[in-house]
Amino acid sequence: MKPPGGAPLLIMRAVGKTFSNGVTALDRVDLTLREGDFLSLLGPSGCGKSTALRIIAGLSSPTTGVLDWRGPPLAQTDIGFVFQEPTLMPWASVFDNVWLPLRLKGVSRREATPAISALLERVHLTGFENAVPRELSGGMKMRVSIARGLVTKPRVLLMDEPFAALDEITRFKLNNDLLELWQDERFTVVFVTHSVFESVFLSNRIVVMAARPGRVFEEVEVDAPYPRDEVFRTSADYAALCRKTSDVLSRAMDAPALTKAGAFDGVH
Amino acid sequence: MASIDQSAPVPLDAEEMRRLRTARIERVGKWVLPLAIMCLAIFLWDRIVVWNEIPHYILPRPIDVLGALIDDRALLFSSLLTTLRITGLSLLLAVVGGVGLSVLFAQSKWVEMSFFPFAIVLQVTPIVAIFPLINIYVDNQTAKLLLCAWIVAFFPILSNTTLGLNSVDRNLRDLFKLNGATRWQELWHLRLPAAMPYFLGGLKIAGGLALIGAVVAEFVAGSAGQSSGLASRIIESGYRLRTARLFAALILISLTGIVIFMTLTWISHMMLRRWHESALKQER
Repeated sequence: MKPPGGAPLLIMRAVGKTFSNGVTALDRVDLTLREGDFLSLLGPSGCGKSTALRIIAGLSSPTTGVLDWRGPPLAQTDIGFVFQEPTLMPWASVFDNVWLPLRLKGVSRREATPAISALLERVHLTGFENAVPRELSGGMKMRVSIARGLVTKPRVLLMDEPFAALDEITRFKLNNDLLELWQDERFTVVFVTHSVFESVFLSNRIVVMAARPGRVFEEVEVDAPYPRDEVFRTSADYAALCRKTSDVLSRAMDAPALTKAGAFDGVH
Repeated sequence: MASIDQSAPVPLDAEEMRRLRTARIERVGKWVLPLAIMCLAIFLWDRIVVWNEIPHYILPRPIDVLGALIDDRALLFSSLLTTLRITGLSLLLAVVGGVGLSVLFAQSKWVEMSFFPFAIVLQVTPIVAIFPLINIYVDNQTAKLLLCAWIVAFFPILSNTTLGLNSVDRNLRDLFKLNGATRWQELWHLRLPAAMPYFLGGLKIAGGLALIGAVVAEFVAGSAGQSSGLASRIIESGYRLRTARLFAALILISLTGIVIFMTLTWISHMMLRRWHESALKQER
């Protein structure tokens, strides 16, 4: 399969975010997201990965810089978001949770049913339409959350450490399923994670970020071909890529903090 | 989901057997023990009256109270209906007023900041102290009692529902924002369902308070001629030394309170049993 990454979809120029308490969460981030990318934002806690994601989603506005969306004008349905927690409505069934984004657009239950049934089949939840979240396992809840993120057929799926709270076996399974979905549906993914292994397995590009203030440190191209499966997960190529990414991450974590004026203060 | 074959019972070890036995005894004891205590108390009450030759107008025998319940049933039940009507209506108004106000508060922080303190003032001022004013300004007897019971009952609903409407998961609110939900959609699909457990908690408190409010209002309204609820029966029986009837009326009020509480608990359980933590414990 050909490596992903087509025409630019979003160009972020010098995007920064300073909160009202004076904390600079992001500092002059330049980033180009290409059509079909699976791009991971990798970095330690507090490096502004989630802030960057929220800015891309439009949930937060940048203090400085611009977001330049290319292609047809962006509609609300063009962005899907998957949170760190499954973030489901506990009182609503699996079907109703997935239906929500369409329902808010005025799509009736009957109109939405074929699409939702197909999507639930894709995330292996057929037969659980009427279950409520508490009847599901952690992994299944996350699948519902992913289905909800994809139900509007978005151009970009933003994922904020979606599998961080899951056990390793479930996480591997969801990684595989997510890649399969991504290859079939051809949406673009921005995936926030603090796991080197996860980012290498999933993405074609990894943007490593450094903290204080949050900034882009270095980009790592993951040139391994898709589809990636359990064979890739145990291959020497994968190990080498993990080592390379890990090295970049260590350097990012050792990078001295910048003061406001841009001088090094070296204090951690 | 794994299913366990129920047809072939697995032999249990001694510890599990003991646990099973304890659970069974507890289940029965939960009902039997209070009933036994009550029977014992009634028996003692009867014996104390007989042994000490206490006159019936000071403390009637339980059998006399039962007699009063049966003999005066027409009078007592019409009084019960009056009290129930006031309680039910004021609870209904408390729900409408409490939920309505809290929805209004949820729409704007400014409205909440401006008006919530007055709701608290209304709540913390003892109703007995407000009633003489209500007595002066309101002519209609039913309206008087209703207003009084409403003031007592609406606050827990207002306060709980407001808390519930404001306790929505932040990520879910972001999700609604991301999908361009209108204020109305957010209220209807997110905030109101999320506030439901809080509202139902408030409703349980308000149910009891509405009854207390209705009874207190009748007491303060005083003069038995004016109103005909159970509290008036109690005052009247007190004046006329018909203590057995007084006890009968008291028992009816008590039973009413228990029935209201159990009904509201049942409603709450039925509405939350599928998803809310509070209702799940009862299942296991």
